[in-house]
Amino acid sequence: MHHGTVPFIAKYNADVHLQPNKRKFMSSSIIQPVIREASTVILGKERQIRLALACLLARGHLLIEDLPGVGKTTLAQALARLLGLNFHRIQFTSDMLPADIIGVSVYDRDTGEFKFHPGPVFAQLILADEVNRATPKTQSALLEAMEEHQVTMEGETRRLPEPFFVIATQNPSHQVGTFPLPESQLDRFMMRIEIGYPDHDAERALLQGTERRDIISALRPHLEPAELAELQASVRTVHAAPPLIDYVQALVEHTRRSPDYVTGLSPRAALSLLHCARAWALLEGRDKVVPEDVQAVLPGIAGHRLRPVHDGVRSSAIDTAEDLMRSVPIP
Amino acid sequence: MTPTTLPPLNLAVLLAGLALAALPHVLHLPLWASATAAILFLWRLAISWKGLPLPSKFVTVTATIAAIAGDILTYRTIFGRDAGVTLLVLLLALKLMELRSQREIYVVTFLSYFLALTNFFYSQTIPTAVLMLFTVYVVTAGLIGFNAPTCRPVENLRTAGALFLQAGPVMLLLFFLFPRVDGPFWGMPQDAFAGVTGLSDTMSPGSISRLSQSDAIAFRVKFDDKPPPRPRLYWRGPVFWEFDGVTWRPGGLPLLQRGVKFESLDAPVDYEITLEPHNRRWMFALDLPGRLPPRTRISIDYVLLSVRPIRTRMRYQLRSYPSYRATAGADPEDIRLALSYPRGFNPRAQRLAREWRRTLGNDEAILLQAIDFLRTGRYGYTLQPPLLGANSVDEFLFDTKEGFCEHFSSGFVFLMRAAGVPARIVTGYQGGEMNPVDGYMVVRQADAHAWAEVWLGNRGWVRVDPTAVAIPLRVNAGIAAAAPQSAPLLMRTRLNWLRTLRDNWDALGNKWNQWVLGYNPDRQREMMSWFGVRSPSWQSLAMALFWSVGSVIGIVALWLFARYRTADPTQRVWLAFCRKLGRAGVVRSKSEGPLAFGARAAARLPERADAVHAIAGLYVELRYGKDADKGSVARLRSLVRAFHP
Repeated sequence: MHHGTVPFIAKYNADVHLQPNKRKFMSSSIIQPVIREASTVILGKERQIRLALACLLARGHLLIEDLPGVGKTTLAQALARLLGLNFHRIQFTSDMLPADIIGVSVYDRDTGEFKFHPGPVFAQLILADEVNRATPKTQSALLEAMEEHQVTMEGETRRLPEPFFVIATQNPSHQVGTFPLPESQLDRFMMRIEIGYPDHDAERALLQGTERRDIISALRPHLEPAELAELQASVRTVHAAPPLIDYVQALVEHTRRSPDYVTGLSPRAALSLLHCARAWALLEGRDKVVPEDVQAVLPGIAGHRLRPVHDGVRSSAIDTAEDLMRSVPIP
Repeated sequence: MTPTTLPPLNLAVLLAGLALAALPHVLHLPLWASATAAILFLWRLAISWKGLPLPSKFVTVTATIAAIAGDILTYRTIFGRDAGVTLLVLLLALKLMELRSQREIYVVTFLSYFLALTNFFYSQTIPTAVLMLFTVYVVTAGLIGFNAPTCRPVENLRTAGALFLQAGPVMLLLFFLFPRVDGPFWGMPQDAFAGVTGLSDTMSPGSISRLSQSDAIAFRVKFDDKPPPRPRLYWRGPVFWEFDGVTWRPGGLPLLQRGVKFESLDAPVDYEITLEPHNRRWMFALDLPGRLPPRTRISIDYVLLSVRPIRTRMRYQLRSYPSYRATAGADPEDIRLALSYPRGFNPRAQRLAREWRRTLGNDEAILLQAIDFLRTGRYGYTLQPPLLGANSVDEFLFDTKEGFCEHFSSGFVFLMRAAGVPARIVTGYQGGEMNPVDGYMVVRQADAHAWAEVWLGNRGWVRVDPTAVAIPLRVNAGIAAAAPQSAPLLMRTRLNWLRTLRDNWDALGNKWNQWVLGYNPDRQREMMSWFGVRSPSWQSLAMALFWSVGSVIGIVALWLFARYRTADPTQRVWLAFCRKLGRAGVVRSKSEGPLAFGARAAARLPERADAVHAIAGLYVELRYGKDADKGSVARLRSLVRAFHP
């Protein structure tokens, strides 16, 4: 975790007390146990858990890019169980075909008809593991499903279950035999996060503690599907005041004007930024977005969409976002 | 050598500004200098775009020595206008070859400004001024570019434009209010007048017809009342006495006096002349001027002369008496000079003149006979007269019979002298054209003319215009009508739209001359009197300058301040709170959110933590919350006011 580089994002949660007379946003109390319990599985990564949840609440898809073994799958599984979602894991390989994801129609000799066997994409939470090992053709089949929330097979369109949430993982792309997602595909993911190594204490607790798999299987759902849908709906009601929208615009416009970036942030990225900030505010128990919410989700939103011009040593997403944040004053 | 690291785009903007400043000089720089500068220029561009290395010190030093040597070989000096500008252009182009750091950028930028200024040594017209303003604008944009390397050139151009707009009023105030000093402090270098057109101090066949090709303005006249009719508009210039058969020359050094004694026969004419610089001492006037302007004298042949050669545009008022009788003051020596002629040439003309003297006897009768001879001689008027040999007067009078005013006047004066009537040649301008746009009469080089004066004992010197006698159209309708094929394009009368355009352009140029280039202490006083200040001292001008520039800057500053002042009262109170904390050592970074800043401040000032949280929370509520009410703003204000870190 990049402790040094996020000086004022994570710290204030514990310190700030809201006005007692203000009604706490009802939804935040439902979600807090989810965060708490997930933190017992993936130790010392509360920030990443919150980001993943914010992304889920904002109805976006999440890309986790990190080395093998830092807990990507564990995070996905834990979230699936805690949120009461049915879960499929798809391990991507280079010989995989679109049908391996979407499903196939098989001729049934008894009925004399083709019967559709749904693929693993028909689940509420998909873990698309090592998505960059599949060929572009297979990748795009998944990405289309993500975009449309439906798959079309032999002229027949089938809705995917709701909510539909994809957590894709990707190994750092300089490994052999991978097809790194192109920039246009990366934009389909609302957020990209890195998990990173655990810090010293967290690692010790991990080594001393129980088997992760056992903890996950012991987890109980904390939300009904309807409650999750309600939460997702209430994200839209989080208030974004004009000065806050000014701030989002200032950030986005800076990336377009500044010569430091190859390309600026797209309008879709701007929408994602605002929407994720709303979800983050909701997780914080606020009924309005403050600049800190925007700053909290900014690395996840902007990191994979911005490429600095002078990118000698590939700078991390958090560094890029920190630079951006520092150069734009809050209006 | 190290490759250049200067941003190529900014460098291109700066080079464009430099090129704009240098380009008008190509008209008068020697070809080798223009070519060298252009090559160095393109080389520098190539260095910057292709990342080539800069040339070595040895190359630049050698080239510099060569440039100075070339300048000296061309001009025999490195001083003066032409040599100086040539050297400046060359050294500036060479300086580009060692353009590495910010410091050298500044040197080149400020030399570019100076180079832009030197264009006014050659031309002070409105187009030059506009081009140079644009040049300064581009150079400024380049300078901004090097100071704001992250901005795009378009933004730099916009910044430069804003700077220009802000500097404009200050520039005008400085121009109009800065106390003016009379005197040659900022005169032009000596060699600046090498090529000016105008009358010369000798006259030979062809010298005035050459001048007639030019539509350059000689001077402008503003009459107080109605201008006299065209046939009376004889603007007197140099007078010639001595004739060697080909060339007419003045009769020795001018004998100066402060005024002429004469008897006026008619009402005077009052007018003001704005004379273009022509690097000679004579000033033009209608015959005969009464009181002289300051620092002028009049010669015994009635030529108005300035004490110094006229090198800047000059304005003077005159009162002239068009009908006069000046019988006194003709020196016998002058009369003898006015009768001399070379005996060996022009035998036919001499014979004819002696014949007149023998048969008629009296001066006036001879004069009338000569006029009759010219009128009935079927002479032609042309700007391309046939070439004449040694007996130029004979050939013109009897053979070719075609010529220009110098032929007519020369032939006439020769005849008079041969007949024993004292006569002399007067050159100057005849006519002038009224500009209906601003009411100024414009006299051009094409109006140059030569006529004659004969001495009649009882009437003094009497003007006779042989050209007008032979070709009346010349004086009644002007040069353009008399020789329509050869007049300068802009003076031809048939193109009406062109004429209107020219009149307007002339009037604009005149305004520019009168109010910008001719803005001297007199004009300044005139202008100040419009504002009710009579005869201001330089101290009061300085005060006016100080206060007006101060208020312009103040207004601009207020306007900028108002634009950047935050409109939202909540935000203003919050910023005041941040300033208070800043003074206590907790400085908010511009990108720090209110809750984060509040948390940080509370941690730094634990005993004020509650107040900080309350203020930060209320601010967030008001600024980012959904329904904020006016009362809460007041509460926030009182909380902040009561807050003392």
